[in-house]
Amino acid sequence: MSEIILEMKHITKAFSGVKALDDVNFQVEKGEIHALCGENGAGKSTLMNVLSGVYPHGTYEGDIIYKGETCKFHRIKDSESKGIVIIHQELALSPYLSIAENVFMGNEQLSMRGVIDWTKTRERAKEALAHVGLQNENLNAPVNTLGVGKQQLIEIAKAMAKNVELLILDEPTAALNDEESAQLLEIMLELKKAGVTCIIISHKLNEISYVADSITILRDGKTIETLRKGVDEWSEDRIIKGMVGREMNNRYPVRDNCPIGDVVMEVKNWNAYHPEISDKQILKDINIKVRAGEVVGLAGLMGAGRTEFAMSLFGHSYGQKISGEVYMHGKKVSTKTVKDAIDNKIAYTSEDRKTYGLVLMNDIKTNMTMAALRAYYANGQIVNERKENLDAEEYKEKINVKATSIHQTVGSLSGGNQQKVVLAKWMMTHPDVLILDEPTRGIDVGAKYEIYCAINDMAREGKAIIVISSEMQEIIGTCDRAYVINEGRIAGELGREELSQENIMKCIMASNGKGEE
Amino acid sequence: METKKKYINLDIKSFGMIAALIIIFIIFYVMTKGSNATPTNINNLIMQNGYIIILATGMLLCVLTGYIDLGVGSVVALGAACAAKLVVEQGWAVPLAWLVAVAIGLAIGIFAGFFIAYLDIPPFVVTLATMLMGRGLTYTLLKSLTVGPLPADYSFIGVGFLPTIKVPFGGGQIDLVCVIVAAVVSVGLIFSEMKTIRTNNKYGFANLVPWQMVIKDVVILVIVWFFFTRLGMYNGIPIQLLVLAVIVGIYHFITSKTVAGRQIYAMGGNAKAASLSGVNTRKVFFWVYVNMGVLASIAGIVLSARQGGANPKMGDGVEMDAIASCYIGGAAASGGVGTIIGAVVGALVMGVLNNGMSMCGMSTDLQKVVKGAVLLGAVVLDVSTKKKKG
Repeated sequence: MSEIILEMKHITKAFSGVKALDDVNFQVEKGEIHALCGENGAGKSTLMNVLSGVYPHGTYEGDIIYKGETCKFHRIKDSESKGIVIIHQELALSPYLSIAENVFMGNEQLSMRGVIDWTKTRERAKEALAHVGLQNENLNAPVNTLGVGKQQLIEIAKAMAKNVELLILDEPTAALNDEESAQLLEIMLELKKAGVTCIIISHKLNEISYVADSITILRDGKTIETLRKGVDEWSEDRIIKGMVGREMNNRYPVRDNCPIGDVVMEVKNWNAYHPEISDKQILKDINIKVRAGEVVGLAGLMGAGRTEFAMSLFGHSYGQKISGEVYMHGKKVSTKTVKDAIDNKIAYTSEDRKTYGLVLMNDIKTNMTMAALRAYYANGQIVNERKENLDAEEYKEKINVKATSIHQTVGSLSGGNQQKVVLAKWMMTHPDVLILDEPTRGIDVGAKYEIYCAINDMAREGKAIIVISSEMQEIIGTCDRAYVINEGRIAGELGREELSQENIMKCIMASNGKGEE
Repeated sequence: METKKKYINLDIKSFGMIAALIIIFIIFYVMTKGSNATPTNINNLIMQNGYIIILATGMLLCVLTGYIDLGVGSVVALGAACAAKLVVEQGWAVPLAWLVAVAIGLAIGIFAGFFIAYLDIPPFVVTLATMLMGRGLTYTLLKSLTVGPLPADYSFIGVGFLPTIKVPFGGGQIDLVCVIVAAVVSVGLIFSEMKTIRTNNKYGFANLVPWQMVIKDVVILVIVWFFFTRLGMYNGIPIQLLVLAVIVGIYHFITSKTVAGRQIYAMGGNAKAASLSGVNTRKVFFWVYVNMGVLASIAGIVLSARQGGANPKMGDGVEMDAIASCYIGGAAASGGVGTIIGAVVGALVMGVLNNGMSMCGMSTDLQKVVKGAVLLGAVVLDVSTKKKKG
């Protein structure tokens, strides 16, 4: 029907002998939103890096035909000059520079002789920001004063300032909450109306099926199929089938033979204040309890205070003026330091595994034993390396970490496998309560399933588990019970039967603004 | 279970610097027509660089946390100045004076550690301050004059030797103690390798590829025997070597086998993750700098003992040598990567270079240029091999 703006033909790219892309063909029509789906390691990002010139011409085989001509990009600048802009998952903004400066970073608006023309910069920044609905922001404000959602939009504005024709978004909504994501998707549809072609990489299938016109699925470095809206069957299950190569009837494994026991941990009247602004109360009178063998969800929007609650509980790692009581098996305990929390059998896996969970340059073994080292792998000060190796091997098998050996560096693993290492690290501390903060963020369907299985196994062993997730589906799919947190307080408690997206939203809506008086 | 034997390759990086050390040594051997390998010169290499090696060991811990300590040169001077002044002018007993020197190092370490760990002041700033303050105090204390000469019971730690048993050998004499030490080291090495293989086999862990292991051990043995026979042909084992062996041994053990060591690496690699894994990062920071202060004062004692006195300029700029040693030895400037043995080899590379260039009659000005180039080259090599890998 309409013209093809981009065609990638027979792309093959190998890393030290291993083919990341194997004869991939990929076609994008002008003016469409084209989604690229696949599990982690399927080759989506590699393909986009080939396209944008991150991997220069000559390091791969095959042709890129863009607007009818064969292109040989040697660097990112080459593809950008043709109007192809890629926005990576990690935002490329300079936090202390202003919005206007960031919009034109690397593309400065100059008057003669390399001097920045600030009037032109502001004027044009405003134009670019209008595309993403941010024209009313203070152009001189540093970008770090904005939320992640707006920062993501700034990235798009930055692309618009480069006169983008083909915009590539790599996991644009991974760090956004539902509301911000929805806003971003609307802006994508706006851009489409303005004639911009988009390629979007995302794990969030509901978003893809909403926004995309066609979907190309990659698996193991090969193109599997391209689905078109209105032509092919168009559902999340259909996409998953293409991605994993088989039907996935149940995305959440059933947890049977898992009796719920006594209360393991109870938190009473938990309060905490913002770490810098000492009169801003972040958490207000939170009371929760978890039982042995029970998986309890903490649902809520991003910024509701769930992570803050977990971290303030876990060794007072967040906030100040923290008050409240923690009872383990009915006995009051202190969790003032992380060590106290670990000693009292509490574990916490962060939502941001790269920053808070792992030492990326170290190997799997060292990362796995990091938290349990003192208690289980040392006699006094001396590390028992043999026991470390044996247990690391055991856990690697147990939760199926895909790596050549336990001595591989964690930084070289895929997101899903990194998450498994984080999980193993805390399983090795033999906790009674595990708080899992966004345990499946940014990882593929297959790895997610394995993580859910691991959660079920731990519940069966009688551990109490708290799952924090921004994906309501995940809370509903994995939890026996959930607390809804909104604006730093408990907005409701939902049992298994009442647990639904509507009820969670109802709790949030009902509590909105209540905490202000 | 698979019965297939698993093998891993020798980590080229960790032995690359040893190879570089050997190559540099051989180059100077040719250029000086063999005079850098004389027993006297081998002995000098140890005596001249001992204090740098001590500093490099402590500095490695700082580098592992991702920062450096600029103040060590001043601590060397201040510790040495106090000890020397107490002994020479007040007639204090040597051990007591040394204790005071170590206490000063400890105090400066606590001072720096407190600001860095508990007030979150950047180490660069804090140690720049201790560097200036320490140097200023040394000048004040010594009134810009040299103190000396030091008595023999002080200077033996810098210039003394262990008792020797000399026997005729070749054209001259050789110290039996050196030969025995070399033999003990050799036997120990072979036994420990065999034990490692046995454990690895027992638990199914991977072993080193056999021929690589043989080469590695042969190289180590050749170095050990060459080194100790040369020392034996000179005057036996220097006391400094003994001090070095103890310090390097202790710190190698701490960094590779203890919880504290693991915590330093974890914190250097990712402080936030370490902290959320129960590592008290403030405590680690604090002790790393306290430790550096203590080691710097010990280095000061050794240096003043060797020089036979203390002067206000001593140890000026040695912090840079210690830092360079760590980087040459493969430590990462961003922290989390590096070994004690690497830092020691790095210090030796610098020492062999200094020594060789001096023997070739190169001016000290030009020597600095070469040292700078070697530092840069080593780090470039290190970074580029890492990039290639992943």
